[in-house]
Amino acid sequence: MRLPCPLCGDRDRREFYYQGAAVTLNRPAPEADADAWDAYLHLRDNPAGETRDLWYHEAGCGAWIMVTRNTLTHEVLGAELIEGVPA
Amino acid sequence: MGYSGFRVIREGLRRRTGWTPVWRDPAPQSEYDVVIIGGGGHGLSTAYYLAKEHGITNVAVLEKGYLGGGNVGRNTTIVRANYLLPGNSEFYSHSLKLWEGMEQDLNYNTMMSQRGVLSLVHSDGQRDAFVRRGNMMISQGDDAELLDREGVRALVPLIDFDNPRFPVYGGLLHRRGGTARHDAVAWGYARAADRRGVDLIQNCEVTGIDIEGGAVRGVQTTRGPIRAKKVAIVVAGRSSQVAAMAGMRLPIESHVLQAFVSEGLKPILDTVVSFGMGHFYISQSDKGGLVFGGDLDFYASYAGRGNLPMAEHVMEAAMTLMPAIGKARVLRSWGGIMDMSPDGSPIIDTTDTAGLFLNCGWCYGGFKAVPASGFATAHLIATGQPHAPAARFRLDRFRTGRGLLDEEGTGSQHNLH
Ligand SMILES: Cc1cc2nc3c(=O)[nH]c(=O)nc-3n(C[C@H](O)[C@H](O)[C@H](O)COP(=O)(O)OP(=O)(O)OC[C@H]3O[C@@H](n4cnc5c(N)ncnc54)[C@H](O)[C@@H]3O)c2cc1C
Ligand SMILES: [Zn+2]
Repeated sequence: MRLPCPLCGDRDRREFYYQGAAVTLNRPAPEADADAWDAYLHLRDNPAGETRDLWYHEAGCGAWIMVTRNTLTHEVLGAELIEGVPA
Repeated sequence: MGYSGFRVIREGLRRRTGWTPVWRDPAPQSEYDVVIIGGGGHGLSTAYYLAKEHGITNVAVLEKGYLGGGNVGRNTTIVRANYLLPGNSEFYSHSLKLWEGMEQDLNYNTMMSQRGVLSLVHSDGQRDAFVRRGNMMISQGDDAELLDREGVRALVPLIDFDNPRFPVYGGLLHRRGGTARHDAVAWGYARAADRRGVDLIQNCEVTGIDIEGGAVRGVQTTRGPIRAKKVAIVVAGRSSQVAAMAGMRLPIESHVLQAFVSEGLKPILDTVVSFGMGHFYISQSDKGGLVFGGDLDFYASYAGRGNLPMAEHVMEAAMTLMPAIGKARVLRSWGGIMDMSPDGSPIIDTTDTAGLFLNCGWCYGGFKAVPASGFATAHLIATGQPHAPAARFRLDRFRTGRGLLDEEGTGSQHNLH
């Protein structure tokens, strides 16, 4: 699998560290209740199909990117820098 | 009819005309006392123990494909009770005892082979950690032996003992661990459950869960609706999809784990070797193939096949540990979809819906759990109370933070196990 880093272009999966579902972009407020933190830390949609997840271009430019891809086929549909992802 | 050595000989003499199909192929009834979703190891053993231990036989196992087509038929067949944490220790200890009596109990040859599981030590720190683990295993009532370098050499001469990066210091040997024939375990439980009256229904995918007034009423399937007083979700890698049918979002992420098998060789390895530092483990099947694997591919996937980087990593680890096996050709590789929980430990629990039960989170270690998991899930379904050795496998431990079972000590977070 190759991931299209918006800065470096198509790069091998080995260059990236996998963080997990993009749900972790939406960090709850510090005073949010246990359910909100549980949802953020543990609960996942875990879709069989299109998903969005976070990868770190560790052996490349060092950017964090959000990748849209298909978990059934490993087809990669796109990627963007997370600083551009609306909160 | 029962299986025995006598019957094998008699059927041989009668040109094998007396063998009949091993289980029935019933059409689904309109209603059951208990419906189990998923005909893998855990679903089948749950059905068997419901019938055997609790006399509940009006049970159906609904399987979307064929029995044993999931992870139960894809794993590397290692059975062991070498866990550290209270909660896991007693559960896997109970499971190993059930493994030891399984063939008699099921009247089925599951090829359970207690050939030992050897975990290699490559540093003083790792030895200290394994001494602690071994002591925990012994205090649980299981067996553990610390071997020095020569002890390991006597057992597995094939290892490269002087690898500069991973010199072998010794190992922790768990003699009662070993391997079993994975398909046979599914077939053995299936046949034994069928013989006690359980309906095994294949090619029957659950597409919806019917809930009324907070209680489960039945399921929708590709073979029509089926009413049920109780329903258990036992679908491993597909847990998130099936739980979503009941409005639940689970602390589960699905990942691919690969395995590999070489061409058949003469016997060269008669124990299971785990090379934790290299994320690699290996055993030799009774057919002669070297069966080996490593880590997860490490990103969420349902593809059921592996990626090249992990295949390369596993081959490199193999060559590091046992350079001689580089001459063997790899015959096949495959992947299975693992239901990964944040702390790496499983869930056997009730849910917010009355009559709906959940069994999942087995990660890459649920084969050894097949007997005890079915035993505990059946107990929970029949009595409403958790079975003591599985009492800590609670779903709410992630929300509350109490009772996390982080065996590896890496943190309770999705991408760490
Ligand atoms: C490569 C590999 C190596 C492994 N090695 C080991 C090992 O050495 N030791 C060990 O202890 N564990 C090992 N495991 C883990 C172990 O195989 C699993 O944890 C365990 O088999 C999971 O439980 P199961 O048998 O019930 O799952 P499965 O066999 O996957 O059963 C789940 C079933 O549910 C069915 N299903 C899903 N959705 C639906 C639906 N909607 N309707 C009806 N049916 C449905 C599926 O078709 C499937 O048959 C390994 C796994 C893999 C992939
Ligand atoms: Zn980059």
